[in-house]
Amino acid sequence: MEKLNFIEQFRTFRRNCLSQGDSVVPTIVVPAGTCGRASGANELIRVIEQELADKGLTEKIGLRVTGCHGFCEMEPYILIEPEQTFYPKVDPAEIPNIIEAVVRGDVLEDLLLKDSESGRIMQKQDDLPFFNKQVRTILSRNERIDPVSIESYISIGGYSAMVKVFENGDPKWVISEVKASGLRGRGGAGFLTGLKWKMLAEQPNGHGKFLVCNADEGDPGAYMDRSVLEGNPHSIIEGMIIGAYGTGVTEGILYVRNEYPLAIKHFNIALRQAREIGFLGEDILGTGFSFDISLVKGAGAFVCGEETALIRSIEGKMGEPRQRPPFPIQKGIYGKPTAINNVETWANIPVIIEGGAEAFAKIGTKNNHGTKIFSLVGKIKNTGLVEIPMGMTIKEIVYKIGGGPAGKSEIKAVQTGGPSGGCIPANKFDISIDYDSLTEVGSIMGSGGMIVMDKNTCMVDVAKYFMNFLKDESCGKCYTCRKGTQRMYEILDDISKGKGTSAHLRLLDELAHVVKDTTMCGLGQTASNPVLSTLRYFKDEYIEHIEKKRCPAGVCKELISYSINENCVGCRACVKACPEGAISGEKKQRHFIDTGKCIKCGACRNVCKFEAVDV
Amino acid sequence: MIRDTEALSSEEKDCLQESVNSKDILGIIETHNGKLGGLMAILGDIQTEYGYLPEQALRMAADETGCSLVDLYGVATFYHSFRLEPQGKHRVCICLGTACHVRGAATIVEEFERQLGIKVGQTTSDGEFTLETVNCLGACAIGPIVTVDGHYFSKVDITKVKSILEKVPDLKKVPAGLLQNEEAKAAVSG
Repeated sequence: MEKLNFIEQFRTFRRNCLSQGDSVVPTIVVPAGTCGRASGANELIRVIEQELADKGLTEKIGLRVTGCHGFCEMEPYILIEPEQTFYPKVDPAEIPNIIEAVVRGDVLEDLLLKDSESGRIMQKQDDLPFFNKQVRTILSRNERIDPVSIESYISIGGYSAMVKVFENGDPKWVISEVKASGLRGRGGAGFLTGLKWKMLAEQPNGHGKFLVCNADEGDPGAYMDRSVLEGNPHSIIEGMIIGAYGTGVTEGILYVRNEYPLAIKHFNIALRQAREIGFLGEDILGTGFSFDISLVKGAGAFVCGEETALIRSIEGKMGEPRQRPPFPIQKGIYGKPTAINNVETWANIPVIIEGGAEAFAKIGTKNNHGTKIFSLVGKIKNTGLVEIPMGMTIKEIVYKIGGGPAGKSEIKAVQTGGPSGGCIPANKFDISIDYDSLTEVGSIMGSGGMIVMDKNTCMVDVAKYFMNFLKDESCGKCYTCRKGTQRMYEILDDISKGKGTSAHLRLLDELAHVVKDTTMCGLGQTASNPVLSTLRYFKDEYIEHIEKKRCPAGVCKELISYSINENCVGCRACVKACPEGAISGEKKQRHFIDTGKCIKCGACRNVCKFEAVDV
Repeated sequence: MIRDTEALSSEEKDCLQESVNSKDILGIIETHNGKLGGLMAILGDIQTEYGYLPEQALRMAADETGCSLVDLYGVATFYHSFRLEPQGKHRVCICLGTACHVRGAATIVEEFERQLGIKVGQTTSDGEFTLETVNCLGACAIGPIVTVDGHYFSKVDITKVKSILEKVPDLKKVPAGLLQNEEAKAAVSG
């Protein structure tokens, strides 16, 4: 790749990218993020490549392998451009037929999605309720580009925001735009990004400053950062270049989880391309401005998402948080001023600069501007990543976009904000999704995990799960966090095993408040949220466990037993599924479970089509 | 440089005989030393090479970087992904993210433990399998997720556990699926 030395050369290069981009139509698009690949996208790509080559169609039909588009439930799927025909869950054996249809300009209606209520065929991506209720500012770019090609990113307008900033030439303008947009940190705390940058810019620059992209997406159940890094790594680089220009920083760092191999790979490729073309390095596009980014891999510690812990980890130490102040903006990596922003925040920067702060601020509600990506997962029909304007209600996300419950069981809560967040019961689903409303109901926005829970999810078990997670992840520096999370876990474990007493409940509540009030970092101060929010909204479930020794959701193993009711038609599906051979019975006769042998794994209940297994 | 071996006990010298290639390790240290996140990268690359962090390698890293061995041990034990024991030939890893949890990941862990006869964190006596869990792999929509040697299995339920283990010997023969397309394209575009 030839290095570009002037802004004018970028324009010529961009024109070339644009003309190449239009050469092959129609195009088959295959989303192949980690989730797509896990669902079989690799095999689809292989078959499509083979088929196009065999039929001599490589010049007539394009193939674009992209990152994740968001509708992971339907993967592996393909999209045919320009019509945006959406083929869900594609069997590789259907590829020859689909390609023939593309050649004819036809659509295979049998393979399309149908609306479950009206039976109407939904041909285009935008016909799907999952997509057409969203505002996909960030995610829509994933489907338009090949993540390992800088030309592809440039052809959809990539790096134009960077050039716009260079042409304007005033770093203060960058900060005032970001401030005016009202963008708040997408990592969860919701601090105003423009304000943070202004503070960084005002720090003395004698010994250098740092900009960090926090991609240590530790919240279990959230994966929007992975998706953006895998699907559009150049947008992060562009955002960071703009931020660096505005704040006068020359060194950038991407701190990324080790559990995301594909994201690391794509980002490294993007870094190499950006250096080769001259967007990173010395004297970028002849502006005299220099900036480069290095990649630092984490090694699996949730607490490293906390900014002072992250800084220590980058310095090669144990990721223990420290007291603030001094804030990282004053003293960060190696004592130098450091600003840390989340992946999604960085991805929004080029959008703000390109489209203008005013346009960005029009999306969303007062004090909560722009869109936010959520990972809508758990017991929900349409699982995947959804990008919504701030201010949408939980109800709209869960029922309109998500399509309601996955099974027959009713939805009772969503959990947002990961282990630092809380559970929001169904009767509060009318609240608007923004930083302030979520805090009001005892949860937090967090990085955007939204885990849907139905009547078969036990809230005591959920609290126990998070406390188990937090006791393992507590760095141990503060006694109350180290021991408090451990004791809370033990109490919850006792309750889930039927050994709880009402005194336990009071102790749990007290302990939760002590941990909240006496720990130093964000992890400790929010560690009680899963307990406090479940106690607040689902106390009856705790009481049921304690007084009646019963788990209403049928999850806590010590309190349940499995049996087969009269609905059983004798299909033997459960007999085959049982790993212990605990179920007996002849064909077409009601089966029985030997409770002595039963390990309560639930395999029988999962396979039964007749709701014949009781808990 | 390797520490003066004369000062070591015979047991320690035995440790140094582990099959660690000092040239490789020095190369890894040289690549990352002094850079941001250097220590993490050194330990990460050593683990990629050997599957765990051999004692000799840690001693060399301490000498070369000027960190004390205690600090290095602190880092190696603080982060979950570093391992101080040799691992089995195949690494089975079950995702315990919240989304996987509400879909029954805990019962899948139990089933793997039963099938392999080991607990999480252990390696089978024949050295074939190491069983691990991870907090979240970020493929939450298609959980529960299990990975074996980097191959992903989605929507796993308890009845699929046995067949996953049966497939393991064949997995290596499949071209390493995860990254093949990027490799090919990067070669062309780069």
